[in-house]
Amino acid sequence: MLRPLAARALAGLAVVWGVVTLVFILLRAAPGDPAVLLLGPAATAEQIVEQRRALGLDRPPAVQYAAWLGRFARGDWGASIATGRPVRAMLGDAWPATARLVALSLALSYALGLALGVLQAARRGSRTDTAVSILSVTLFALPAYWLGLMLVLLFTYELRLLPAFGAAGLDAEFLPPPGRLADALRHLVLPAATLTLIGLGGIARFVRGAMTDVAGSLFLTVARAKGLATRTVLLRHALRNALVPVLTLLGLSLPALFSGAVFVEAIFAWPGVGRVLVEAVLARDYPVVLAATAVSAVLVVAGGLVADALVAWADPRVRDAHAP
Amino acid sequence: MPMPPEAMRRAADPRVVAGAVLLGVAVLVAALAPVVAPVHPAAQHDVVATRFLRPFATDVHGVFHLLGTDRLGRDVWSRLAYGARVSLGVGALAVLLSVLIGVGVGTVAGLARRPIATLLLGITDFALALPRVVLLLLLAALWSPSMALVILVLGATGWMTIARLVHAEVRALLARPFVEAALALGATPRRLLLRHLVPNVVTPVIVAAALGVGNAILLEAGLSFLGMGVQPPAPSWGNMIASGRDALVNAPWVAAAPGVALVLVVIACTLLGDALQERLGAAR
Repeated sequence: MLRPLAARALAGLAVVWGVVTLVFILLRAAPGDPAVLLLGPAATAEQIVEQRRALGLDRPPAVQYAAWLGRFARGDWGASIATGRPVRAMLGDAWPATARLVALSLALSYALGLALGVLQAARRGSRTDTAVSILSVTLFALPAYWLGLMLVLLFTYELRLLPAFGAAGLDAEFLPPPGRLADALRHLVLPAATLTLIGLGGIARFVRGAMTDVAGSLFLTVARAKGLATRTVLLRHALRNALVPVLTLLGLSLPALFSGAVFVEAIFAWPGVGRVLVEAVLARDYPVVLAATAVSAVLVVAGGLVADALVAWADPRVRDAHAP
Repeated sequence: MPMPPEAMRRAADPRVVAGAVLLGVAVLVAALAPVVAPVHPAAQHDVVATRFLRPFATDVHGVFHLLGTDRLGRDVWSRLAYGARVSLGVGALAVLLSVLIGVGVGTVAGLARRPIATLLLGITDFALALPRVVLLLLLAALWSPSMALVILVLGATGWMTIARLVHAEVRALLARPFVEAALALGATPRRLLLRHLVPNVVTPVIVAAALGVGNAILLEAGLSFLGMGVQPPAPSWGNMIASGRDALVNAPWVAAAPGVALVLVVIACTLLGDALQERLGAAR
């Protein structure tokens, strides 16, 4: 089990390297000079040349690439061109917020999606099945940015229940610890709900499909013939087998989840990697864009590896196929 | 209870009916935008007197606004109708590009020998692992935003599923005895591709394309929402949602209307894709 995982980890590393290289090439191929952007329209030609030298942009691209890759691998990510802050500090501040949001939404959407999918499989063809199908197709079609706005409209402006912007209130610093925690949780509700709801539909659809695929299997007939309770057959036998494709989906859906987080962070001014990335792209802030992209690629690849390990755990056939 | 195949073919699948009607209406509205829209989508009269009119209101000039007006007094229904052209057009063209790339890569990878096949599959897997929105943001922001760029970028980041599908189908087909028989009888590879491969591949590709159109429409609107897609004053459902964001409290219809349209069109694509997929499964 460990050797294939190690091979996957190497492949994952290659993906991260490929992503970083691709982004580097795209940034250099694009029009627009960060030195000009930094200095503004009033800059003289000499100032621009000076700025380009200071940023190392006057060297050949291959040299810039090699130097940057070496520094990046050692953990020296440079400073933001726009703000002068170290990139590592910017992303270090941002990634826990994204991880908190994505992890919570992932857990909630899988828990609810599995429950709905199993419910549908247990009542296949019933009205409940149809109703949940309609619900999940609708959720599947909702764009994160629009759902976020509608939730803000309802819960912030109409009901005045929940805050719509940021990860903490302006007065959070002055609150006692329990109050600060409650404030943080209240700020988390709408972004997490948005991300959960848009993921939920796809997961429920997929679980229902996976349960349907195993529904006709002989081992389920055997389990029922043994006199096992319907509940046991459904949860211990059908679900366990349907779980393998679902766990594979978990790995594959991480890029999409991260993408959703970019929009959700933009809507709710959530101080995460997605917002840093959007702002850096608009300001053509090369070092920040490269590092934020690499961080997102690492998060996605790591999630894929975790999903692989979970598949191996859930499916003895996969686990034993690689046993010596 | 699953219906027997004959009954299923005769009884109209409610998903197909709903999907076809929704999508049909959207396509008609887009095609007939100049006819169904009462005013030009960018038309502004007296901004102060006509802005933020409620749905079903008639303004001082006697123009009826089915879905009200936005901040600049523009008719939301007219903008929605013209925006449908952008959303549907971008979605369809982007997926067409994805299908072309995907079928090409998948077929070559399926037929080619090892180094080329491995390389193509490696590129496909690599592209699948990329965070698509990150790449979209990057490309849309680095080059000046335009509709052509959005189509190109969406197409270039959406072909991988189709390539994998086609590759699997080609490999499965090559292993079947009738292919060997056809080759032994002197069938040319070209005839083999057209007569045996294409019919097998068409339906799964259409399913993937139907789901892909919905996805592409959502992403286009997302890019436009962030200001990196279709640029105002040209109406797109995404930039309409973005412009309604500032007036969410006073005029919720400005952001709500394009969002509902977007959701309905994506639901239609999903329903059609689902129904096709099921029929494909039943036919096998």
